[in-house]
Amino acid sequence: MADKIELTINGQLVTADKGMTILEAALSKGMYIPHLCHHRELEPVGACRLCLVEIDGKWKKTVISCKTEAKEGMVVQTETPEISEIRQATVELLIADHDVDCLACGQNTRCALQRVADHVGLNKKRLQRLKPPEKKLPIDDSNPFFNFDPNQCVLCGICVRTCDELQNVQAIDYAYRGLGTKIAGFGDKLRIESSCESCGECIVRCPVGALTEKDSPKPTHQVKTVCSFCGCGCGLLLGVRDNRIVSAQGNVNSPANKGRLCVKGRFGYKFVNHPDRLTSPLIKRNGEFVKADWDEALDLVTDTFSKNKGEKFAAIASAKATNEDNYILQKFTRAVMGTNNIDHCARL
Amino acid sequence: MIFSEIKKRAEAEWDQLQHSKELTLFIGAATCGRSAGALEAKKTFQDEFEKRGIRANIIEVGCLGPCWAEPLISIVKPGGPNIFYKNVTTERATELVEKFIVAGDPLPEYALGLVGDKGDYSIPVLWDMPNFKSQERVLFRNFGFIDPTNINHYIANDGYSGLNKALSMKPAELIEEIKTSGLRGRGGGGFSVGRKWEAGLAAKEKQKYVVCNADEGDPGAFMDRSVLEGEPHSVLEGMIIAGYTIGAQTGYIYVRAEYPLAVKRLQGAIQQAKDMGFLGENIMGSGFSFEILIFQGAGAFVCGESTALTLSIEGKRGMPKAAPRPRTTEVGLFDKPTLLNNVKTFSYIPQIINKGGAWLSGIGTKDSKGTAVFALTGMVNNCGLIEVPMGTTIREIIYDIGGGITDDKAFKAVQTGGPSGGCLPEEFLDTPVDYDSLTAAGSMMGSGGMVIMDETTCMVEVARYFLDFTQKESCGQCTLCKLGTKQMLNILEDIVAGKGRPEDIDTLFNIGKAVNTGSLCGLGQSAANPVLTTIKYFREEYEAHINDKICPAMQCKELLSYVINADTCIGCTACAKACPVEAITGEKKQVHVIDQAKCIRCGMCLEKCPKKIRAVECVPGRLNEGGK
Repeated sequence: MADKIELTINGQLVTADKGMTILEAALSKGMYIPHLCHHRELEPVGACRLCLVEIDGKWKKTVISCKTEAKEGMVVQTETPEISEIRQATVELLIADHDVDCLACGQNTRCALQRVADHVGLNKKRLQRLKPPEKKLPIDDSNPFFNFDPNQCVLCGICVRTCDELQNVQAIDYAYRGLGTKIAGFGDKLRIESSCESCGECIVRCPVGALTEKDSPKPTHQVKTVCSFCGCGCGLLLGVRDNRIVSAQGNVNSPANKGRLCVKGRFGYKFVNHPDRLTSPLIKRNGEFVKADWDEALDLVTDTFSKNKGEKFAAIASAKATNEDNYILQKFTRAVMGTNNIDHCARL
Repeated sequence: MIFSEIKKRAEAEWDQLQHSKELTLFIGAATCGRSAGALEAKKTFQDEFEKRGIRANIIEVGCLGPCWAEPLISIVKPGGPNIFYKNVTTERATELVEKFIVAGDPLPEYALGLVGDKGDYSIPVLWDMPNFKSQERVLFRNFGFIDPTNINHYIANDGYSGLNKALSMKPAELIEEIKTSGLRGRGGGGFSVGRKWEAGLAAKEKQKYVVCNADEGDPGAFMDRSVLEGEPHSVLEGMIIAGYTIGAQTGYIYVRAEYPLAVKRLQGAIQQAKDMGFLGENIMGSGFSFEILIFQGAGAFVCGESTALTLSIEGKRGMPKAAPRPRTTEVGLFDKPTLLNNVKTFSYIPQIINKGGAWLSGIGTKDSKGTAVFALTGMVNNCGLIEVPMGTTIREIIYDIGGGITDDKAFKAVQTGGPSGGCLPEEFLDTPVDYDSLTAAGSMMGSGGMVIMDETTCMVEVARYFLDFTQKESCGQCTLCKLGTKQMLNILEDIVAGKGRPEDIDTLFNIGKAVNTGSLCGLGQSAANPVLTTIKYFREEYEAHINDKICPAMQCKELLSYVINADTCIGCTACAKACPVEAITGEKKQVHVIDQAKCIRCGMCLEKCPKKIRAVECVPGRLNEGGK
């Protein structure tokens, strides 16, 4: 078990794991400090400047809580008048620069900026004095699975760090400087032309509506399952609405993927409801496939297999099956069919 | 070869030049001199000499400092003093050859001053002139006198003696010497150099780096460029000593690609230092090896910030890292301990080692030792580079060295510390220039820009100008710096356009304070300074713009009007002909009238109205269409 330390946040004694930042210590006890660029799985960068707190006593200083380690005996204030003023100015600046069409936004009600604004409160008069951006930037909808709307982006850099630190792909980074700063792929080309692998990990972490999945109605409930695409066995939470799969989310409690998914697991569920999908066995009769029931189909298979034992037979195993299934297949091929003609589609 | 022999040979070469039997010309050919026409003048001299069969040494040297006198060329006749001639155009060059070099008339009216034996010359001694008298030339001692492309000139003037001495000392002794000197970082922060080097030495890694920050980006600042162009070896020597002291193997110079001549000078100097054995393997037999690489920055202002700079060298995007973070001396370039200092800081080191720390600490004030280098610009008669002892007052700089305000106008403000420094009004004229006094006054030392403003400068416009710069140069990651500066700029643009609102000063103050307190790096944390200090010291100008719709300095076009005085107008039609928008009507010999709705306030009418008549007047405030 991790060593524990004790610190005081807003007059409340808080026990935290040694090595935690002040922000982590506060969040672990359900105490909210506004933040946008913090993500528990990523290195802190302190870009949004919202999580400023004041430390009293011997460490007296205004610091960003996402990067400052909580220390034994620290006394932290998260809502002093000075900090509130800075925070309010920061949120107003963000809102003025943001396309606040919230009701039409895919992140509505889940948006971190909404939460920050709600917590901090805005000075409407001052906000009205601030000018919106001179021009709207085009939405990049080149990727078949997601859209990037730079007008909603708060430049928290979570997507950049996700792509770099977690996925090791580094398809995107900050580009340009000053007000023109934006997140872009190499050469500021469309996303589809970047080295993006469409894993969608950035979309999951985007705190606002800048990165949103295409055509994804909110599910009414979720079903816990395992991804059927390969043998990894990633835990999936399939979102269901009207008895159709409308979303896929990585299961954070699954030891195989800890919540993360690849492009297939996250976006490859649409075949389930596809009209071309086979829903019953087909048997070729007189040169044409004809619907059959399972007993009939399995009888045909066993019958044909029994007649073709030995070197006439070969089996190809699949990467979509689990290790156990593939093991059984090679055992069956060797022991039952009496041949070593067994191969695998992913063999190099 | 041992150092004493190298030095002897260099001194012999230098001596030969000093006692040359031939005419010698020193052409001030730093970037500033070149852009003023130094190379054209040089060509004229060469052509004239060839035509007349005159033999002469023509040597390109660095910048002496006085930009207002460029092109600056000094002529030494055999056995005579070094006479500096100012504004040497090609015509003047021809004249100097004809009248001085051939006929012997020294043309005192073209001379700036002389160095050496005054003799019968009716030319003042350079160092006695008010422009130079209050200066103390420590970094600049050789500028304008030695050939920056000739390592022997540097060696003959005590160059590399500091390194030679340092290699016989222990790192701790060197650090002690630098601590004694009291030298503080010249990049602007003013951190104790001795303590920084000590931290560099204490770092426990084997691989360490020395980095020289030559990413000079402040508008109007060119101190570092002049050092690199005038005496590149002093920077290299400082870096090699630093490498030896902390135990580093590699040095980087991060220099702007916009300084091509400085880069060329550095490349040449590095090669010469290698050839002489001052760089490379086993330097002067000491067993210490060191290499220096040049890295050219691509022009981002923010890369002058230490963490952004090291990231940029690593090939990544130059964005400052947020505090709290380890010091660069612990985790710096390629995550290794890195000693990062400014060009000028390194340039002081050889002399400190050579002459001892106590020598430098004898110059300057109690807490700011040595000299301060400024690029003096703006509405001052003598613009240029100056070097003064720390503690010299702003008044001395402007009125003694700078020769006062242009056209004898009234002083209004001085801005120090680059785009994020502050604007100080007249009451601060007697402030001594040192780190702590300038900070206490609400500005900062910065790396050495000093912009003088006179009564015709609009302070709101000044704030707008600097904000425009900082917001464009924000790295873009931190909310307050990126968006805060832009919104402040929007408001300032409104104010100078006469669209300011009464609550704007409060809003500016509110955002400015948030930006300065909450931003991620030093650039952001000082970005609002021009706004905050002008509000603090020139609030009435803001109020005049906002409430009275008047620009007191008569600079903001939207807040002034041009009118024609009916009593004095003679109807000469000069104004009407000059008006680009046909806003002026009137028959010949009749009084003319400006249509205020059409007028774009370009000022052409005022300029064209005969000086004896002066019927066109510029009046404060925006007149309405009826002219009321």
